[in-house]
Amino acid sequence: MVDETSKDKLVVKDLNVRYGTKEVLRQISFAVRSNEILGIIGPANSGKTSLLRTLNRLNDNDAAFSMSGTVTLDGQDIYKKMAPHTLRRKMGIIFALPTPLPLSIYENIAYGPKLHGTRNKTALNEIIERTLRASFLWDEVKDRLDMPAMKLSGGQQQRLCIARTLAVEPEIILYDEPCSGLDPISTAKVEEAMTLLTKQFTQILVTNNTKQAARVSDRTAFFLTGELVEIDETQRIFTVPCDQRTEDYVSGRFG
Amino acid sequence: MKLDARLTEKVVFFLLLLATLVIVVPVFLIAGLIVKNGFAALSWEFLTQSPRLGMRAGGIFPAIVGTMYLVFGTAVFALPAGIFAAVYLCEYAKESRLTRIIDVAIVNLAGVPSVVYGLFGLGLFVVFLKFGTSILSGSLTLAIMSLPVIVTASREALNSVPQSFREVSLALGATRWQTISRVVLPNALPGIITGAILAISRAAGETAPILFTVAAFYLPRLPQTLFDQCMALPYHLYVISTQVPNLKPHIQYGTTLVLILMILIMNLTAVFIRAHFRKKKQW
Ligand SMILES: Nc1ncnc2c1ncn2[C@@H]1O[C@H](COP(=O)(O)OP(=O)(O)OP(=O)(O)O)[C@@H](O)[C@H]1O
Ligand SMILES: [Mg+2]
Repeated sequence: MVDETSKDKLVVKDLNVRYGTKEVLRQISFAVRSNEILGIIGPANSGKTSLLRTLNRLNDNDAAFSMSGTVTLDGQDIYKKMAPHTLRRKMGIIFALPTPLPLSIYENIAYGPKLHGTRNKTALNEIIERTLRASFLWDEVKDRLDMPAMKLSGGQQQRLCIARTLAVEPEIILYDEPCSGLDPISTAKVEEAMTLLTKQFTQILVTNNTKQAARVSDRTAFFLTGELVEIDETQRIFTVPCDQRTEDYVSGRFG
Repeated sequence: MKLDARLTEKVVFFLLLLATLVIVVPVFLIAGLIVKNGFAALSWEFLTQSPRLGMRAGGIFPAIVGTMYLVFGTAVFALPAGIFAAVYLCEYAKESRLTRIIDVAIVNLAGVPSVVYGLFGLGLFVVFLKFGTSILSGSLTLAIMSLPVIVTASREALNSVPQSFREVSLALGATRWQTISRVVLPNALPGIITGAILAISRAAGETAPILFTVAAFYLPRLPQTLFDQCMALPYHLYVISTQVPNLKPHIQYGTTLVLILMILIMNLTAVFIRAHFRKKKQW
């Protein structure tokens, strides 16, 4: 458990997000602490994906997108004080569907480091082995790194995506329902990887699976139709939540 | 009168077959006629010698070379311009009134008759920019004529690259240009090249655009610089068919056959590239 004095890494204040005239997030304020795993739960349409895409500025080119409020990373406003590529290098994202590039396993992971100037072969090899080990994929692919990544199974692809994100050494990793398409064993491997990664990274895990949030996150936030209902230590959210709606949702009595 | 259903079926089938034959038969007749009569003209001398005796003997070498120069020149100008325009429209420009006007303009440009491009090239490149009747003017004119098709094909190819590839690259800290050059373009390139080859091969067979901008009736030697005129197969064919009396017809057929073969080779290359990458494509 992270103690109360630990520093706030990412601070969201009065965030409102719209697509066109549709309001998808209303007056969201919360902070993410260094090296914690923050779980975000909530039913479909509660704005979880929209929140992650706003944090990572992936909506920048969407003409319908508009927002107000501030998001700061280490005290710096990510929309006013940072170039999007600088921000995204510090904040990686894993999408719900595994998204390998149409390259080999090796080249998928090397893509990020090469972008940022690592050309040295031994350095790249080292990065690839280290990140594949961290995502529990190394043993399954170490003999066939030249294979097209799209030939891997879904669960392996998702772990490859995690390795690829680790390879650019971000500070924060966002996960958008990373296990929604995975079997229990792959899911367990992803969760184990996340738990070990807390030493170096701050992580935000959006999940439709409340049990997963209960298993891996330090704190959990509950979103409902664009509003942040409650954020607290995971244990409290799942045992003694303040809000009735949270209790209904985590106990499966919702809707 | 009540038609039996099976009879209707037969009549419809017959009509559809007839329509298909109306399209296919002339193509085979033309191709067969050209091959049959042109094949006799094909010889080493025909392919490697200049015309002699007022085009009535010798070969068509300068016209073959000229057409190759023009194809190459067209590609050099049209490919980068077409690809960059498509990248701008697909990857940078936000949907707006301007982009919609550009869309309409491109569609309409593709339908402009080739003689209009020829006159435009004459006005702009030959006269206004003082490039004279030259390979440069001709290539630029053909390039402008092929641009709408190249831009349209390139945009289709770019749009077919999944959005998730772009987001993955951006999410790893790539800038927009890095994403385009490392992920989007490599995956769109086969489609772009295929479209470009088809557009340029069509341009290679055109007479009207080169008529006023580059083509020479007869040149005693091969062009030396970009500012020289050159002979070209389509124009040569036009000349020997209309301006030279008492020509043995097999020379016309031979010239036609060479022109068609060159275009066929380019089109087959495009088809091959497409088939090859479709097989390799992983998404
Ligand atoms: N790019 C977009 N353009 C327009 N509307 C969008 C866009 N992205 C999301 N929305 C809308 O925002 C609302 C919230 O969607 P969002 O994807 O954030 O929900 P979610 O909580 O992630 O749901 P799920 O659990 O199903 O993934 C939805 O009504 C959706 O239609
Ligand atoms: Mg979602």
